[in-house]
Amino acid sequence: MSLMDDYNFAYLDEQTKRMIRRAILKGLAVPGYQVPFASREMPMPYGWGTGGVQVSAATLTPDDTLKVIDQGADDTTNAVSIRKFFERTAGVATTEETTEASIIQTRHRIPEVDLTEDQVLVYQVPIPEPLRFLEPRETETRKMHSLEEYGLMHVKLYEDISRHGNISTAFAYPVMVNDRYVMDPSPIPKFDNPKMEMAAIQLFGAGREQRIYAVPPWTKVVSLDFEDYPFEASKADHSCELCGSDSSYLDEVILDDAGNRMFVCSDTDYCRSRREAGHQGRLAGETV
Amino acid sequence: MTATAALTGGFANAPVDAAHAFRAIMTVMARPGEIRSVTQATPPAPLSVAAGTLILTLCDPETGLHLAGACDTPAVREWVAFHTGAPIVAPADAVFAVGSWADLSPVSQFPIGTPEYPDRSASLIVECNALTASGAVLEGPGIRDTAHLSLPETAAFAANHALYPLGLDFFFTAGDQVAALPRSTAVREG
Repeated sequence: MSLMDDYNFAYLDEQTKRMIRRAILKGLAVPGYQVPFASREMPMPYGWGTGGVQVSAATLTPDDTLKVIDQGADDTTNAVSIRKFFERTAGVATTEETTEASIIQTRHRIPEVDLTEDQVLVYQVPIPEPLRFLEPRETETRKMHSLEEYGLMHVKLYEDISRHGNISTAFAYPVMVNDRYVMDPSPIPKFDNPKMEMAAIQLFGAGREQRIYAVPPWTKVVSLDFEDYPFEASKADHSCELCGSDSSYLDEVILDDAGNRMFVCSDTDYCRSRREAGHQGRLAGETV
Repeated sequence: MTATAALTGGFANAPVDAAHAFRAIMTVMARPGEIRSVTQATPPAPLSVAAGTLILTLCDPETGLHLAGACDTPAVREWVAFHTGAPIVAPADAVFAVGSWADLSPVSQFPIGTPEYPDRSASLIVECNALTASGAVLEGPGIRDTAHLSLPETAAFAANHALYPLGLDFFFTAGDQVAALPRSTAVREG
């Protein structure tokens, strides 16, 4: 008996998948609105992507090719375990190549390569409510969304400017979706925000907080800002020291106790494919 | 009808058939105006293959289903009861409803959600004679510029869009074809 015979396809039972699927459809019909759903216990701890895993499980078909990334990397613990989980429970093909994947589950990054119409991007979301750190009561934040009362969020961004001279929010930067709902894009760097107006379907799953939301293709997604302090998709002012890319989002890696450091692409597949194509950065080929 | 007719016409392989059907359904909801084919169910007349597949994919004992007009036959009731267990309800309690546009009208009888929970609204499955990418002009999320879809009328869908973020979401079915029109889509005469 193969492992797959021990599980229903994609782990979850059919009634659970129907419940999640109905939430996904309502999420697509009202972009940016957080649809409550009855999140299940998954065989991994909260914070490891249980929301994304449930959304992926409800979306996968046996024909899909799955890619999982954690902060852009295919080879970190979280990404490897989720990929293995679906290999065992859904029997789907997996890949590390962005262009080969039909479903990409992501923690905190959007791949550097433009996604296509045939792809679905599933985000793992820790805190789906963009207003939560400004107003802890769910009853109140729900009312604020219903009344489109987002003044508090602008005050927060304004206070950033008065304290730091600029908007210091660097990740989970709030966006306005379809001119109606303020949405947390999950903790992606604000560098990725402009990519959210894309060809692929974007689904967001928050397991512990029991919310699903969605952004259909080409939906208007605007990062909140002020006329005199416009939004800026910033990144480290370096180029990748392995592949030489000066347009990708970079991770800073500390090399030793003397303060030496290097900057490398956070998207490992993008960096690898560039190096395979012959691009070289400052430290390419060195043992560090 | 024989006593066992209600027992047939379901998914041959429930998890896999439902997964394929849902991906098509999700795609049409995410891209209003796009037409896809779903062939997994064989419901009793007068339900179309696509409407039957939608019901099997999305309905269960937690979702009230309204059978409008000609769709409300003993054969359909038995088939829905055996395969999904969905309770048959009045329009005001419906999570899903299926029927022709004439039988579903006026659509104001269905729940449109509340300001704090706009997701608590009905999804209507509108049976059509044919679906083509022509006619009414669609604009909004999921559509790059504009799309076209053969809607039964435009005024009711424009009025539904005016309720946004409240409102109904529509599936249109003909044979094994399905298309969708969420409340977020603006509709005008083509």
